[in-house]
Amino acid sequence: MNYDVCIIGAGITGAMTARKLAAYDVSVAVLEAAGDVAMGATKANSAIVHAGFDAEEGTLKARLNVAGCAMMPTECAELDVPYDNCGSLVCAYSEEEIRHLEKLLARGIANGVPELRIVGGEELRRMEPKISPDAVAALWAPTAGIVCPYELCIAACEHAAINGAQFYLNFPVVSIVKEDGLFVVSDGKQVVRARYLVNACGVHSAEMAQLAGEENFPIRIIPRRGEYMLLDRAEGDTAEHVLFSCPSANGKGILVSPTVDGNLILGPTAAAIDDPDDTATTEAGLSLVQTGARHLVPGVNTRAVITQFSGVRPTPVGADGDITKSDFYIHVSEQIPGLLHLAGIESPGLASSPAVGEYAVELLSGMGLKLDKKENYMTGRPEKIRFRELTDEERSAVIAKNPLYGKIICRCETVTEGEIVDAIHRPIGARDLDMVKRRTRAGMGRCGSGFCSPRTVEILARELGVPMDEITKCGGGSVILNGGKK
Amino acid sequence: MENKKIIIIGGGPAGLAAAIEANNAGIAPDDILILERDRELGGILNQCIHAGFGLHMFGEELTGPEYAGRFIDIVKERSIGYLCDAMVLSVTADREVTFVSPTEGFCRVKAGAIVLAMGCRERTRGALNIAGTRPAGIYSAGTAQRYVNIDGYLPGKRVVILGSGDIGLIMARRMTLEGAKVLRVCELMPYSGGLPRNIAQCLDDFDIPLYLSHTVTGIHGKERLEGVTVAKVGDDRRPIPGTEADIECDTLLLSVGLLPENELSREAGIVLDSITGGAQVDETMQTSIPGIFACGNVLHVHDLVDFVTKEAYRAGASAAAYVTGDAAPVGDVLTTEGKNGVRYVMPQKLNAQGNLTTETTLFFRVDNIYRDRAVVLSVDGREIFRRKKRFLEPGQMESFALTEDAIAAIRGGKTVTVALD
Repeated sequence: MNYDVCIIGAGITGAMTARKLAAYDVSVAVLEAAGDVAMGATKANSAIVHAGFDAEEGTLKARLNVAGCAMMPTECAELDVPYDNCGSLVCAYSEEEIRHLEKLLARGIANGVPELRIVGGEELRRMEPKISPDAVAALWAPTAGIVCPYELCIAACEHAAINGAQFYLNFPVVSIVKEDGLFVVSDGKQVVRARYLVNACGVHSAEMAQLAGEENFPIRIIPRRGEYMLLDRAEGDTAEHVLFSCPSANGKGILVSPTVDGNLILGPTAAAIDDPDDTATTEAGLSLVQTGARHLVPGVNTRAVITQFSGVRPTPVGADGDITKSDFYIHVSEQIPGLLHLAGIESPGLASSPAVGEYAVELLSGMGLKLDKKENYMTGRPEKIRFRELTDEERSAVIAKNPLYGKIICRCETVTEGEIVDAIHRPIGARDLDMVKRRTRAGMGRCGSGFCSPRTVEILARELGVPMDEITKCGGGSVILNGGKK
Repeated sequence: MENKKIIIIGGGPAGLAAAIEANNAGIAPDDILILERDRELGGILNQCIHAGFGLHMFGEELTGPEYAGRFIDIVKERSIGYLCDAMVLSVTADREVTFVSPTEGFCRVKAGAIVLAMGCRERTRGALNIAGTRPAGIYSAGTAQRYVNIDGYLPGKRVVILGSGDIGLIMARRMTLEGAKVLRVCELMPYSGGLPRNIAQCLDDFDIPLYLSHTVTGIHGKERLEGVTVAKVGDDRRPIPGTEADIECDTLLLSVGLLPENELSREAGIVLDSITGGAQVDETMQTSIPGIFACGNVLHVHDLVDFVTKEAYRAGASAAAYVTGDAAPVGDVLTTEGKNGVRYVMPQKLNAQGNLTTETTLFFRVDNIYRDRAVVLSVDGREIFRRKKRFLEPGQMESFALTEDAIAAIRGGKTVTVALD
């Protein structure tokens, strides 16, 4: 198939680029090596929409973060993705750390972050009653917020898909050649041809640049793993805002934050690793997460953990090797005409993503891509019913229309069979347990999917017309019923 | 849907027995409604196809479905109301229940009395905070049991089991009989949490080794589980460095404890016991909210379904008495407590003016293995009676009925203590 633009990588950066291109009369292919979108750093991060005071003034990171944060409420409303503008607090424990807050404040003001100010210990405790008694001040950023990163990514992809973008999942790119002015991108089985190529490969973006023939790609990507713990919803009110410690060279440190789904998230650690796909958790890492969280909220109930996970972020390192100064690497390739790199996008990549998408479209236009407004452009994405959020009257109405919405499959998160069936048949439909989980929250709760997973496996098998022992947890060889039918 | 005299949440052994006893006490069958979230009545017993149920109740060894069947038959014969595929979403202190079902839609029903019989759930890998990857192949023992016994699929072939709870032991045998190789059972504690008969019949008879004071410290494999790291633990239950061993396996079953499912109770404002995880109840099984009763594994985790049934009979009769106005007036309330090795006592409250009889039974569990001890019951520090015990272990629920002396002391007392001596 021939396309105008081929985006490699369906994380939040690729997804938002596809979404922003959807408004134009441009044919788009999105290639993703994994079996679902949002499977890299997008799947496992702190889920924070940062206000934009961390990045150095004048960097791309600073500009796109502040712009993206400002766009986020509208983006989420349009895509029907829950967004909570809860604000963030960077907490200081000493005179020295207060001086650091002052530095962040000045930087934030220079970056254009609105309404930033430093609050004293008393005000901090009023805002956040469970904060450590040792915290003496905090930088208050009311524009920061929280969003579910994979839901935002899935929603952006669904929006792009209904506007004609073609998604190729399980498409690990093995070769890129240029023929007759077109990039020919192949996974060894099928090929996709396109005039413009967008590298949105996250931790693999340097490899992708090399595959496209780019020599001397100016940045190295260091995979840095962050481990997290997610606590039961009963602990969701432990913090009302995103709580940070003062940042260090290792990033923004361990945070404590509510999530849009009502849980409490603790993390991340930051450890450079060799294998960019190694998302195992470690005992040492989980122990650091707990220590870091207690530093902020001494009473945090880490016994209420329901799961732990880790994500690998693509930390870019420039020629000087200094990771603290690293910026997003968003550049038109000088060497390969038609190639655009959206690389080195670590935190605040989620917050920046709508602005990154817009900027990518602007750069593609500058590269010669013709942008005519699409005539039958659709905003938003197909209607999504969240049974647990409906009023009683709405519940009666949806069950009357479709009785499957009267059958609760996941009791922890109150997810109905109707929602699971919908997730399977939506654009970029669910094919495995984890895809159902990310789209509906079935299996996200405190029972660890013990009750709902056999049911969900059954529904997947029925809807996809395959036997139960072919259903996987997360694609590939992750079959659930390894022993087969008896 | 019209209002009901008694709504029973859960159609497992507890809910079924409560319904039958409420009916025995004179509540009309169509004034009772059992709400069951699964597609049929019977609860977890439906997947417990092994024998061993009913020795106390019926004097015979039944399978789980047979045991449940006896109660389901009575419910159906008498046309006691029930609705399957019905999930309760909320319960309020003034006894309003909301639920959904594909056939009835969204319903809000008022009840004269409510019996909570939601059962329990299994502790998960997440709750244990075991580090490593997150592949397919890790199941709670009960989930694996459902796959094997209800769906007819074998979850895996080379199995390590963490935790020696009864479901884990039963599944060790079940997976073996279905052709899987169960490599070992690891138990964090220096003793098993399961019944001795299950250790003998499910592990010893099949040469499956039980490693006491061992735990799983690592999980390996990207897509499907490829192996686990196990380690010996010290007296502090922390892994001892240097004792780690990697075991190749495609399945890890967890049988590491059961937790009463009290989300609905908590939201209704019912006072819970921090040790049992269930509601605090009095001798009638009434919770802190008048007219709401609890029984079975949602109240405290039982080892034997026979005791669940007996407890549920009491809850059903009490709910009926509450509705008909025959309940004893609430008088002075005593608190029970466990001391010196006794982890908890249920019921947590006793009504001094209530119908205490020599059939009123106190249930308790100990916190460790004890030999040649006495269990002492005292009221306000005064010893009433003691019973010699050769052997006590956490996996086995203990109980004794009140004596006339004890009842007399309780009528004028404040605190009832059960302690080891």
